[in-house]
This record gives sequence, structure tokens and C-alpha cells, in this order.
Amino acid sequence: MAGSVEQNSAPLSGLRALDLTGELGWLLGRILADVGVEVQKLDPPGGDPGRNLAPVIEGPAGTISAAWVAYNMGKSRLDLDLGTSEGRERFLDLASEVDFVLESEEPGILDSFGIGWDELHKRNPALILTSVTPYGQDGPLAGTPASDIELMSAGGAVWLTGDADRPPVRMTLPQSVCWAGSYAAVGTMIAYHHRQMTGQGQHVDMAAQAGLLPALVHAPSFFDLLGENPLRAGGYLVGRNINGAAMRNIWPCRDGYVTWAIYGGAAGRQSNRGMVEWMDDNGMAPESLKNMDWSTFDVATVTLAEVSEMESAIAAFLETVTKAEFLEQADVRRMLGYVVSTAADIAVDDQLAAREVWSEEFVPELGETLRFPDGWLRIDGLRQGVASPVSGGEQ
Amino acid sequence: MIASLPDRKGPLSEVHVVEFGGYGAGPAVGKSLAEHGAEVIRVESMLRLDGFRTNYPPYTGNVPGVERAAMFAITNDNKLSVSLNLKSDKGRELAIRLIERAEVVVENFTPGAMDRLGLGHDAMVARNPKLVTLSTCNQGRTGPQAKRAGFGSHLTSLSGFTELTGWPDRQPSLLWGPYIDYIAVAYGAVAVLAGLEQVRRTGAGCHIDLSQYETGVQFMAPALVRYFANGEVMDRQGNRDENAVPHGVFPCVGEQRWCAISIHDDAEWSRFASEVGEPWAKEPEFTTVGGRREKEDRLEELIATWTSTQLRETLVERMRRAGVHSAPVNDMGDLYCDPQLTFRNSFQRVDHPVMGMHAVPGPPYILPESPGKVTHGAPMVGQHNEAVLCGILGLSNAEFEELEKSDVLE
Repeated sequence: MAGSVEQNSAPLSGLRALDLTGELGWLLGRILADVGVEVQKLDPPGGDPGRNLAPVIEGPAGTISAAWVAYNMGKSRLDLDLGTSEGRERFLDLASEVDFVLESEEPGILDSFGIGWDELHKRNPALILTSVTPYGQDGPLAGTPASDIELMSAGGAVWLTGDADRPPVRMTLPQSVCWAGSYAAVGTMIAYHHRQMTGQGQHVDMAAQAGLLPALVHAPSFFDLLGENPLRAGGYLVGRNINGAAMRNIWPCRDGYVTWAIYGGAAGRQSNRGMVEWMDDNGMAPESLKNMDWSTFDVATVTLAEVSEMESAIAAFLETVTKAEFLEQADVRRMLGYVVSTAADIAVDDQLAAREVWSEEFVPELGETLRFPDGWLRIDGLRQGVASPVSGGEQ
Repeated sequence: MIASLPDRKGPLSEVHVVEFGGYGAGPAVGKSLAEHGAEVIRVESMLRLDGFRTNYPPYTGNVPGVERAAMFAITNDNKLSVSLNLKSDKGRELAIRLIERAEVVVENFTPGAMDRLGLGHDAMVARNPKLVTLSTCNQGRTGPQAKRAGFGSHLTSLSGFTELTGWPDRQPSLLWGPYIDYIAVAYGAVAVLAGLEQVRRTGAGCHIDLSQYETGVQFMAPALVRYFANGEVMDRQGNRDENAVPHGVFPCVGEQRWCAISIHDDAEWSRFASEVGEPWAKEPEFTTVGGRREKEDRLEELIATWTSTQLRETLVERMRRAGVHSAPVNDMGDLYCDPQLTFRNSFQRVDHPVMGMHAVPGPPYILPESPGKVTHGAPMVGQHNEAVLCGILGLSNAEFEELEKSDVLE
């Protein structure tokens, strides 16, 4: 039934966390809340300064940071001044009764306040403390401040993106906080299983720089195996072809961009064939493409010149279609591709609506109800989430 | 000779996982579990090889080969491989016996494929009531797009990431590889570990339906709430940022050497300006956020001219000492000698019969009381057939030899 939130059946219901984190750790607590942990966010006097982080969104009652509101949904809040000894004593009392403490201060700061790992562990040996910091608790760069662009750079992600004739770029929406928070949640869950075996908590040390390595996938291996450094190539995909041919993946269309590529394999051959047939139905397939023998086509060994010739005809055709037409024809003709979505496209996506991904919650700072992405976890067909779903029919 | 099964230690050493499927999103969940002690048995087949073995350079020596692909090697360390032809009755029977003794199944076939093989969660949980199954696919098992096939690199565009990467006056830039798969990996691992806890509490197994698209949307959340609240559609801004100015990537001495510098308030600008010491850095218009924002183009050019005469390491060190946000833009080679990643043992080196010594990224988190480890390299196809079928399932030598002659272990 749409509208029901299965809070009580959530896998980790009954467990509790105190969340002291800033931007780098917000998602960690959010994911623990997603799986049923009761997360209490502790705010300094005057509120969390992260509420002002740009971009902010606006409602009748005021403004709030978009990232702050998205990643702190589902948490309760408590004002606590850790600058006073009463506040610290209160924190230690609270920490002695919970399962997790989450924090993202510079290494050593909690210790200097007398509320670090040693003290927490002494009072509550089963407690798991998860620290999310730019470079980790220890080592040559521990304590070095870094924002998203430094982390994306030091983590190798910036190197891989952008146009070859300009400096490498980071994604405009900060991502290092998400990689750090989500992988910190994995580490925290593993520590929880360790505790189930031994009764003992531990201090989980998540470094945001290292958290980016999963995002690089096999790019570092080019250096490890071949001494190569894959260079950014804009909308082209590199690293799939032994001749170094880059495959175009981003194509301008009438109302934006679509993503599609010439591929190998059985599904790829069908996808290539589907594209050429669609072009041909519109009188835009050159003879060379119509005569291609896709059954012997090998994407790993094709040359750059052959690829360029095929791609120029395809590019001219795709400029004549819309995103919606592409999606529809991709489905019919079994072409492997999607549109390059904007936030506006995602907001009206039929699949996300049908799966009840969106929830709504009243946000006091805005003075209105806000829609946000929520229900990513489905267990035995039941959609979990920190708030009630917007039903598919309301889109 | 039976290949010996590795000793497993760690918080997940009582967890047995059977893995079906290929590429990233399923198998990398298994990797995360295996690195903390879980026994992960990959069921694969020469008849339908994992795309990570066949479609993705680099290969050792730049020569393609089933046992030569780095993409497979870095995604399947610490696992066992059994080759089972799931089109054969006996192959399916052996797969079922593996599932019967498992706590977890991870699969990323297209929705419905496991059911058609008779290996779906409903059938298996009837035999093994405490089983947790993670099914992960592009867009989930239900809904109008459930059956739609697609690659992770394309799904990364559907989820909005590509549109937000690149320069405002140019077309979007691709992110590297199947970016979104590895978002789903973190959520998938959390879901499996939460599912195991649910089993411990209720005694009943469960089926997790994980859509990679939906996990990607979580990483897009700030852009989405911005749209829902105010109708604003975020767009790519090169290296600029709404909180810091200047905020960019600047050239240093040498071919493709870059550093990131970002200035988050006026005090940080003043530290930066004294460190630079050039006349332009003292211009009053740059002392305020508004002034720097207004002249951002010119400011970026001045900084780039200044940085381009300097060595990256020296410059970053100077900036950090002065209290200015800065980092090297590490290239892939730099990562292996980065002092902090090295300190954390982020890449671990293991041997492999075909690939030799190679680097595998280990867990990004450090658990001091139960450290994760890359203990051995990825398995070759069917490398552990005898160890698993005889050593674990208890087949006799005669039965195993019979299987080897048939099409079951292909």
C-alpha cells in the first residue's frame, strides 16, 4: 500500500547512532537511517553551519542548503554545546547508550575535548565510532584540510574527466562526500558484524581520498599493467580498444544529448544494427553503414579511421531526433543507450515514479513540504525509506 | 591435486556467498565481503564469460585473454571460482547445493533469469530459509523499465552525472567507466549486511531488489531537491563552485601536471595572496568574495600563469603550509606512490598465475580490530572446481572425474 512506511520492519531498527558529522559524513548517517538505525544529529548552538552551504533552496519560511536537507532527512536533532563541560558530559552519557557515533572532525579534535575514541571505548566497549575525514586518522596527510575539488584531485577522479584541450574537471555537484559517506557505511556495517561476533566496538577510519578509488574502476590498472595514463577525452570513451580508438558516447540531439556507442558482443551488434535500421528508415544511413557486417565487427580491434567514418553519419542523424524519440526507439530497436538526463528529466522519470523512489517531508526551515529521493532499498518487495512515498499517480 | 582453500579470517568468516553474474555491480559487492573474511564462490562458465574478463582492456602485456584482464582481477580478488554449465541439469543441481549451504546469494542477471534457471530466491529460500539474496540490475526488478538492458556507463548519464560534468560552453564529459556501478556496490554491500542482521533477528531470509539507477539518484540528491523546491536545473560549471572563489585546476611545470586550489573565504585569500607575492595578488578588488567572483575569468588566468612556472609538489606543499586548500591532480601513476594512499595500503599487491604480481585496490576504510585484506588474486575460471565440489560439497573422486568428462564443468 502506498503511503505506508515499514519503519518497524527495517533491518537495523532498535539500533541508535549519534551523528556529529559535517558535510563529509552526512550521507553516512543518512544510509544508516535508511536501513533502520535511529540517528540523532547533534547540532552546535546556533545550528549546524552546514545549513548555509550553497546551493541553498528557498521556501516561504526561509532557505536551507540543498545537500544538508537531502542528506540529513530521517534524522532527529538535538542541540548540544560540546564547547562546555556540561555539553561534553551529556554527550558521553548519550554515547554510553548508543551503538554508533559518527564524526568528521580533524583527527585528534575529539580527543582534545576528552570525548575521543579512548574515552568512548572505556565507557561503552561495544560502541562503534566511525570517523570520516579527508585523508584518514593517521599518515603524512592526516589533518590536511580538503574540499571536494582537492579530494577529487588527490583521489584521481579529476584526472580522468574533461576535454583534452582544457584543464581536467571535477563534476560540478560534489561527489567526494557521497563516496566517503557511502563506503563509510559499508565499513561501519562490517564493524557491526565484528561486534556481533566479539561484543567489541572499534574505531572505523574512513578516508575520503581513498573512498574515490572505487569510482576510478580500472583506470589505475592501465598504469599498473601497461605504464599508461588514460587521458581525459570529453564525451568519448577510451580504454575499450587495443588500437587506442576512442568511442563517441555523447551525441547532441534536438533538445539536449543522448548517450549511445558502437559496441561489440551480441547485444552490441543488435544495438549497432538497430541504429543503422532507424537511420535507414529516415533515409539517413550511408551505404557503408548499411553494408557493415556486424557479425564480424570487433570493437576491441577496429581502427580509429573506421570508427570516425561511422560516427560522423550517426552524429548527423542523431541531431535530428529528440531525447524522447531516442528513448522510445532504443526500446523498440534494442539499442543500448539512454538520454543524458538533467534534474528535470529525472524528476518525471516513469521508472523512478513506479518504484516509489520519491518521498515527501515537511521541512521547518523552508516552511513547506519537500520532495526528495528516498526509497532505494526494497526488501521482499517492500519499499523502505525514511519517509512516506509519493505514490506513482501523484507525479 | 586439490587447490587448497585459503584460510579466512575476519568479521564475515561465517558468511558463505554464492555469486552469479558478471561485470561490476554484483561481483564488487562480493569483493567487499571477501576482503573481510567471507567465503565467496563465483559460479561462472566458459560458455558465458564475465564481460569483465573479455571486453575491457587493459590486459597483461596488452594481449587479450580470459585470465589477463585487470578489470576482472581487481573485482574478484579473494574469491573462489567454480565453472558450472547452468544449462545442464547437473550444473544447476550443484549450484543449488552451493546455495543450500550459503548465507548469501549475489546475482546481477537480468530480472527473471535466475527464476528461469530454477535458482530464484523464492525457490531457494524454500530450501534454505535463512538465505539473503541480493539481486541488482540497472533499474530494478519491477516497473516499466525493469527489462531494459544497458551499460553502467550509459546509466551514469541517465542518472544525471554526465550532464553536470564538463564546461558550460561545451558538450558534457563522460565520467570514467561504469561510475554508477560502484555507487550501487556500496549500497548493495550495506543492504546485504543489513539483511544478514535481519535474518539473525527474525530467522527468515529475505530478497533485496537493488536498482543501480536508484542508488545513483542518491548521489544526485542535492541537484534533485533543488529542482523540486525551486525549479532550478543545475548545469555543469567547469571547475567553478558556488561556495569558493577562485576554485579550479591549474597547470604546473611539465606535461599534464595540474594542481587544485580553492579559496573558501577572504582570510584564506589573504594567506594565498601573501604566499603568491605578485603585484596582482595585492589588488584590492580581489580581497572580497564579490570582487573575486566578478573578475573570476581574469583571476583564473593570473593564477594559471603563476602556477605554470612552478613544480606541482613544491606548490601544493607551499599552499598547504600557508593554510590554503590545495592538492595535486593525481594521475594514475601518481596514485601508486601517493604518500597517504601508500600509508593506508590502499593498493595491495598479489600474485596471479597468468598476470603475475599486480595491484588491487583494497577497502577504503580501515577497521583496526578486523582489518580487510587482499589475500589472494582473482581465481581462474574453474580454478576451485575440485576444492569446492569435493572439498566442500563432498563429491567423491569418481564422481568428480565423471563430471570433468561431461559438459557440466564447462
